[in-house]
Amino acid sequence: MGARYFGAAVKRLEDPKLITGRGQYLDDIAMPGVLHVAVVRSPHAHALINAIDTSMARGHAGVVAVLTADDLGEMARKPMPMMAPAPMVKTPLTQSPLAHGSVHYVGEAVALVVAESRAVAEDAAAMVMVDYDPLPAMVDLAHALNEGAAVANQALQSNLAGTLKGGFGDVAGVFSKAAHVFKESLSLHRGGCHAMECRGVMARPDPSGNRIDIWSSTQSPYMVRRALALCLGMDEASVRVTAPDVGGGFGPKAVVYAEDYAIPMAARHLGRALKWVEDRGEHFVATTQQRDQLWELEVAADAQGRMLGVRGHCLHDNGAYLPYGVVLPVTSMSSFPGPYALEALEISIDVIYTNMVPNTPVRGAGRPNTCFVLERLADRVARELGISREDVRRRSFVQVSQFPYETGMKARDGSPVSYDSGDYVQCLDLAVAKFGSDFKARQDKARAEGRYIGMGIASYVEDTGLAPYEGATIRVQPNGKVLLLTGAAAQGQGHKTVFAQIAADQLGITPQDITVEAGDTSLFPLGIGTIASRVAVTGGSSVHMAAVETRAKAIKVASQVLEAQEADLVLEGGFVKVSGTDRQVSLGQLALMLHGNFGQPLPAGIAPGLSATAFYEARQTTFANGTNLCEVEVDIETGAVKILRYVVAHDCGTLINPMLVDGQIRGGVVHGIGNALFERMIYDENGQPQTTNYGEYLLPLATEMPRIEIVHMESPSPRNPIGVKGAGEGGTIPAAACVISAIEDALSPFHVRLGSHPLSPQDLVELIDRG
Amino acid sequence: MSELDHAQTTRHISVTVNGTVYERDVLTRTHLGDFLRQELGLTGTHLGCEHGVCGACTIILDGQPIRSCLMLAVQANGATIRTIEGLAQADGTLHPVQEAFWDKHGLQCGFCTPGMVTTLAAVLEADPTLDETAIREAISGNICRCTGYETIVDAALQAASRMRGDH
Repeated sequence: MGARYFGAAVKRLEDPKLITGRGQYLDDIAMPGVLHVAVVRSPHAHALINAIDTSMARGHAGVVAVLTADDLGEMARKPMPMMAPAPMVKTPLTQSPLAHGSVHYVGEAVALVVAESRAVAEDAAAMVMVDYDPLPAMVDLAHALNEGAAVANQALQSNLAGTLKGGFGDVAGVFSKAAHVFKESLSLHRGGCHAMECRGVMARPDPSGNRIDIWSSTQSPYMVRRALALCLGMDEASVRVTAPDVGGGFGPKAVVYAEDYAIPMAARHLGRALKWVEDRGEHFVATTQQRDQLWELEVAADAQGRMLGVRGHCLHDNGAYLPYGVVLPVTSMSSFPGPYALEALEISIDVIYTNMVPNTPVRGAGRPNTCFVLERLADRVARELGISREDVRRRSFVQVSQFPYETGMKARDGSPVSYDSGDYVQCLDLAVAKFGSDFKARQDKARAEGRYIGMGIASYVEDTGLAPYEGATIRVQPNGKVLLLTGAAAQGQGHKTVFAQIAADQLGITPQDITVEAGDTSLFPLGIGTIASRVAVTGGSSVHMAAVETRAKAIKVASQVLEAQEADLVLEGGFVKVSGTDRQVSLGQLALMLHGNFGQPLPAGIAPGLSATAFYEARQTTFANGTNLCEVEVDIETGAVKILRYVVAHDCGTLINPMLVDGQIRGGVVHGIGNALFERMIYDENGQPQTTNYGEYLLPLATEMPRIEIVHMESPSPRNPIGVKGAGEGGTIPAAACVISAIEDALSPFHVRLGSHPLSPQDLVELIDRG
Repeated sequence: MSELDHAQTTRHISVTVNGTVYERDVLTRTHLGDFLRQELGLTGTHLGCEHGVCGACTIILDGQPIRSCLMLAVQANGATIRTIEGLAQADGTLHPVQEAFWDKHGLQCGFCTPGMVTTLAAVLEADPTLDETAIREAISGNICRCTGYETIVDAALQAASRMRGDH
């Protein structure tokens, strides 16, 4: 049986309800009797809480309760568990569901106001009087470790949470013998999640107090269930968490937040259904952000421009807490050496506490950071040696003969990082071919006309399919339709469609015959979450395994029913058929038989149900790769940057649905363009956020974005049964590096050197004037 | 009167939404988006920023695409409104813009989609000859974090072609 749906651009099963306004996002769910919550948040970046006076708010008409950490019991005052424990951190800080005694960033949750409407709750939130004692705030990453620097938390002696060190090879030897060594100072700036749907939590306690239903706009409903069951001392079966339609995730919605704890706690305390929906103003101060890093690096290269070694140091801002441990600096670290076959590497990353919004992965996690610094170094080598940026990369890449390639680095579990497959040179060449060979001539011509165009380039490798597992159940129903249940919920990626495609081919049916249910902990026992470009690998492989097993069972039973050899049976059009005959039995009939009937034993050796459950365990990582090229024009008078073209050559292994992969790439690239040119989360010296609306914080708009031309390579991964690699972040990882590379190229006549992003028009005009 | 006393003031309004006339007493401070979602249960209109930039809450009011978060419900008294729920025909036939969004993968998470679709339906019904530049301009007040806009533009171009009868 050849693949029919796997690999095809199948239109999404998710879409009909979403294009007609019938989606059910968290705030759309009808919940009779629900009360509305507004969160009182800290207006200070760092302060002690002396007292909270809730009397005026409680007296306001329509207010049901005002709750502080003192009202909700010990668990509301205890720091939340770190989602990825980090033993290397001497003073691990996480916030408590509601602040207790002190606050450490503007936006930290302090109290809940529960009222009959959200408007009334917000009115009353302004009446909660919190007596704060402000303390000095730490917002200056560059000087965070200086003597006398303000500390971000009184529990700390220093702002240093810990230092990560990594590397391999004879660094001193490589640098001393290298023909060239270049130094760079580089920096990256934080951006936010900015899913168009903000976060939200709704909780409905059972009147008995023994059960609770929770809805959260989350990427990880199972993590919410685990956290709440442990915190509330309840059985996991009594805590049902549903991720309804989720309007974008991009990483920050994978965190179990203060509100994920506080709203269910308050609902149990009051015995009422409660709903909190984050508004956009809150999103800027209460949803995690990411990317602030300051780097000092050196690269060693040989006379031909092959990069031999990199060493450097990074100051990594993690904000006020470590909700996800040190996963960000760890992903930055383990993303070295990127696509390059370095002989030696030595990196240290100081993880710093500041009084800004806590940091957790935003699309790409620490990877775009490492990509940016490596690509800046590669461009530097090319410029200094007078050879093309493409050639520096071709010469420095891991070569095709080297796979599987152990980079010398260690993964999170301590195992060696080993790239599985690909051809980085060929992928770059595909991008170059698509881009065309006439750029230099056009650039010269444009410059003669006083126009400044530039070409950018960036290459990357991305670890995808993160451990440990996802799972899926496939169950044929007596009506012949198939239920596919999984823990791997989506936030727009189209999991239902691709999972149905994978299963349909095995079962000889169409994707439309399959109902996929995901993200409801009552429907599937275990799950991890949709993060780290991991679900095509883990969820997709699980679906494949469950479908293969279901198919085998159908054939086994049908061979008895049809009195035929298993080898002669095929699955087609919802039937198991004896090939070359008209003898057949429908999947529905087989399912009915295996569902069983009173007093009638099932066939010998056959377990009940035409169904199978499989868990794919990702014991080895798969690595996607690609090269991006873009063309920009810079107006040297205004500093405006226009992206004229953007080309992506991308290899994420076998494609399940090329249309959806292209969608992931395009959206990812545009996120990276936002990081390069638009998105600025500015804090003043007191830790007050200055960009808390979409007039001040700019996101990419349709008028500024280019068309994105995509070329696919498919190097199947040998490490999972369907050959796939993740595609969710590969667009974002190189995009900022690519755009910055192009701007620097455009402005080369002015000797402008770029080592940071975002770059505003004002920044560029200043650099041009200085150059 | 204090600000909070004003919060209790109501007015009677009559609006026609997706062909149905609704008579309601509304708090004067309720914005139109909240009114549609909370009073009429039309939750297809999404609130993305509530400060008039993201465009998710766009509806068609007397033929114009407008942001329902920037208008008070009382200001809509007497108006005729179409929301995302009212774009398909009664028999379920999709509006050409809806159809094209499905065909061209013009949505991922779907949250900005109602605002995108209503904006494009309004501008293309007024002028189906819009080119790519004009379409990008038309949705420049609608933020999408998922798609990078390209497939939305492609969907709009397909819809425009069908609405012109080009096929």
